[in-house]
Amino acid sequence: MTPALTNDTLSFAFLKEKAHQLRRNMLVQAVGKGQGYLGQGLGLAEFFSVLYFHELKYDPQDPHAKNRDRFYMSTGHYSIALWAVLAEIGYIPKDMLPTYGADESPLEMSTIEGRVPGVEMTGGSLGHGLGIAVGAALGLRLKGSQSRVFVETSDGELQEGSTWEAATAAAAFKCDNLVAFLDCNGIQADGMLVVPIEPVADKWRAFGWDVFEIDGNSLEQLVGAMQWARATRGKPKMVVMRTKPGKGIARLEAREQAHFIRVDADEWDLISRELEQENA
Amino acid sequence: MPKGQTLGMGELETVENRPFETAPFAKGAIAANEKRDDIVVLTADLGKYTDVYPFRDRFPDRFYNVGMAEQALVTVAAGLSRTGWTAYCTTYGAFATRRAHDFLAIACAHGGANVKMFAGNPGLTTGYGGTHQAIEDLALMRAVPDMTVIDPCDATEMRQIAEQAGEIDGTVYCRLLRGNVPVVFDPATYKFELGKAKRFGDGADIGFISTGFMTERCLDAARDLARMGVKASVLHCATIKPFDRDGVAEFAASVDKVVTAENHVLIGGLTSVVLDALQEASILKPMLKIGIPDRFIECGSIPYLQNKYGLTAERVRDSVADWLGVRAEAAE
Repeated sequence: MTPALTNDTLSFAFLKEKAHQLRRNMLVQAVGKGQGYLGQGLGLAEFFSVLYFHELKYDPQDPHAKNRDRFYMSTGHYSIALWAVLAEIGYIPKDMLPTYGADESPLEMSTIEGRVPGVEMTGGSLGHGLGIAVGAALGLRLKGSQSRVFVETSDGELQEGSTWEAATAAAAFKCDNLVAFLDCNGIQADGMLVVPIEPVADKWRAFGWDVFEIDGNSLEQLVGAMQWARATRGKPKMVVMRTKPGKGIARLEAREQAHFIRVDADEWDLISRELEQENA
Repeated sequence: MPKGQTLGMGELETVENRPFETAPFAKGAIAANEKRDDIVVLTADLGKYTDVYPFRDRFPDRFYNVGMAEQALVTVAAGLSRTGWTAYCTTYGAFATRRAHDFLAIACAHGGANVKMFAGNPGLTTGYGGTHQAIEDLALMRAVPDMTVIDPCDATEMRQIAEQAGEIDGTVYCRLLRGNVPVVFDPATYKFELGKAKRFGDGADIGFISTGFMTERCLDAARDLARMGVKASVLHCATIKPFDRDGVAEFAASVDKVVTAENHVLIGGLTSVVLDALQEASILKPMLKIGIPDRFIECGSIPYLQNKYGLTAERVRDSVADWLGVRAEAAE
């Protein structure tokens, strides 16, 4: 019931290798499909590496272990990233990854609760995760549990008003066992963010949250944010992560419309080679 | 019908000519938690008006008021259910089913969340107009996959459902009768059973098929009609989903004519599901449909509105008498 790596054995080389492996796991899913949410997934490889291999408490043998920490990924269309990490921790077989998005595959384009071990919520309709996380934080506290609740949300998702209802509730009920991660990648379905969200950190502070702002593609800063979240008490915590969609593959980072990436059939070899060169 | 005055917020309607019980929902919820010890009650700034304060006073650490935020109400409940709790939510049905529909469908029903929504002001039980009257809530909730939908008749049934809801798998939408609620069913003998319609009487001229408080009106109307020489019986369908299709088909087959009655628009509620059930059983009967017309209803006093839109016992009796061509005066 501990993550692979504790503070005592913190190894950035290990976390870097895991982030690289997560990107490989994502490419395996995307290859040949021509399109998908690969950009968002690549942008969160460092986050998922630090969350699952440094911070989150889970049982590799039992996805339903009662004393596990909870992780709610609110942006269900990032499923490609979740499948990558769930395969890496052994909840799903790696040879299932290429079935991503295929008919009858449980690895759907959006997360559906109950079909894949380790998926704690159905995330396709945006604006659900934060409220569910607040309820789970209250529920664990009521039980006297030491487990914590982690939730991922995104800059575009903050346009959903339900987010702010949940933000108000979390502060009102002093959910300090709740840590939220805001993926600020600057994109949404219609392209670049269509309405401004800045100053986003100030907004969360004004709602009564403790806020920590980092480069979401920096392993060091992510580990620092986890330490900060463990140390602060009394308020719900928000880690604002600035991330780069397509991170790790130069030609995808450069794509302007990275929300739903389209890739030509002859590009996959180049992409794969770029990923290995970048991480060599 | 003399005109009246819209009641002040929270003012309790008086119940005439029938015993009543105050806040049966709270009593049932308290009894449920005394037994299960896993109930958490949440409301959205309508604690006083949905009868949950007695529960809060009895179990203060099992109560949350999220403010006027129905989306938070439902998602927080969904999160509580994911950590092992049975979450009872209360708000008005209009807000639960219109404002928070996506959250009831996806955060709750889709994953089978153990969330029980008790929704006040069903149909014409409030004088606060179209904004507050949940007149299409049964249709909205019935269409959601894996959602259980219940419309209780009286205080006895309301209390029993509040006590048993935790035993029903998954997400439940139940209309909430609050304040002074008439006692129609004898608590010593009546037993609510999910998905099971209950027959009252054996008259075969008219078969009332009703849900919610319309069953009370149909029972009264049946008694009046008997004095006019019309023998009627009543089938109470508290559970709209899963619906007792066989029970309804069997009942309809045993009577000459059918009258459906619901405190809801005639689109997508009881009448629709009865018609589905009868068609599937190849039963065709002359049918009179009693319900709220397809439009938003104005503000007004509750007796005035219920009379105007045909939902009182007298109006039900007269509607049936007119339909049959018998003289209503004979009952006076």
